[in-house]
Amino acid sequence: MGLAKRIIPCLDVDNGRVVKGVKFVEIRDAGDPVENARRYNLEGADEITFLDITASSDNRDTIVHMVEAVASEVFIPLTVGGGIREIADVRRMLNAGADKVGINTAAVFNPEFVKQAADRFGSQCIVVAVDAKKVSQSGEENRWEIFTHGGRKGTGIDALEWVARMDQYGAGEILLTSMDRDGTKQGFDNELNRLVSETVKIPVIASGGVGTLEHMADGVLIGKADAVLAASIFHFGEYRISEVKRYMKSRGIEVRD
Amino acid sequence: MQTIAVIDYGMGNLRSVTKALEHVVDKNQKVILTSSQKEVAAADKVVFPGQGAARDCMLAIDEYELRETILDAARNKPFLGICMGMQVLVHSSEENGGTACLGLYPGQVKYFGGQLKDAKGERLKVPHMGWNQVTQTRPHPLWSKIDNNSRFYFVHSYYLETESPDLEVGHCVYGKSFTCALAQDNVFAMQCHPEKSADAGLQLLTNFVQWDGSL
Repeated sequence: MGLAKRIIPCLDVDNGRVVKGVKFVEIRDAGDPVENARRYNLEGADEITFLDITASSDNRDTIVHMVEAVASEVFIPLTVGGGIREIADVRRMLNAGADKVGINTAAVFNPEFVKQAADRFGSQCIVVAVDAKKVSQSGEENRWEIFTHGGRKGTGIDALEWVARMDQYGAGEILLTSMDRDGTKQGFDNELNRLVSETVKIPVIASGGVGTLEHMADGVLIGKADAVLAASIFHFGEYRISEVKRYMKSRGIEVRD
Repeated sequence: MQTIAVIDYGMGNLRSVTKALEHVVDKNQKVILTSSQKEVAAADKVVFPGQGAARDCMLAIDEYELRETILDAARNKPFLGICMGMQVLVHSSEENGGTACLGLYPGQVKYFGGQLKDAKGERLKVPHMGWNQVTQTRPHPLWSKIDNNSRFYFVHSYYLETESPDLEVGHCVYGKSFTCALAQDNVFAMQCHPEKSADAGLQLLTNFVQWDGSL
């Protein structure tokens, strides 16, 4: 008996619609966000994460209205990421009913922003989203670098150094996405997950690459993740959250029934 | 018309709390989010939420001049403290190098520590974040229709150590056993977030809006 490992469906949202890309590029439509959130809540999702990938800043308000609608009906933690650049963005999302915000690119350009946001609103609502890609050549010691702009731009920053710094700056949680695995259905990069989880004192959410039930369990058992996040396997009805939980339980992982 | 006042002192995600309450009230009740001493004093029931650091919470309470209003509500009407709204009810917190709190009850708020381990010796992360089991240590109207050991959503780095065992109505285990719900007379307060705890949380809020404050 103790804290349950969390299962988090992730909804990528573009102009108010749920979509899912493969390796951040190819986009497939997966439906209405409010409907998705309601269904995941009924199936037993422990949290829901929305990533706003809307390109144009003209359409930013679509996500605010969507969060308001979801928060009126779904009473589990909601995280919103994408386009969070300043304190006003954080406040706007929290006021719309989000419980946490995900900060990615803005943290890289201005790490102090994470400090300011954590000071102002509390660490509990600041999730630092990290997109990491393996950059070491075969034969070299494994090394991961962080990328920004939805995985398009390298930064030269070492992923393990970065998460340690974000932990120090007051992040409440790390959402760790493997760019090599995202959308591939080959499973998490569990070496990356484990190293990050051992580096920080805060919880780590593993993301990127889930294709099977085994992958979800491995993220916890091998990758030492505190939560596992997946998108496409839920959206396209391959697995239900209840199935994932039953399976994880059979592997000895504590989950919320 | 009954009024349930959610105290707004600028700390935390008050929108979540009001939305969840609006979801469970009956047609003769309304929920208001307010910083006004007068409105809190006039309300039939009071919810005292809170997030963030203890010192900031205490500073905000004084900045909004709500200290006496909160204490007065806690002495007189059905009162629900949530998260930091539970922690600041006791004497003091270790947070921010030591923070004096409202002192309504004897007790101390302490840091989980960097060396927290579970029963198998695995290192535990801080904050304690996610769904953990709440063991009901004695009956209370707010536990009505909620199974013992139901899971609630937690997010905190500091925990409550009550000096008076009579105060505890619920405990939780995360590396150590700690008081996650306390109650006395018309006051019920919990570390976890009922507004984010799906069915169990909505049931607790339903029980609160129907509670007359008696045991």
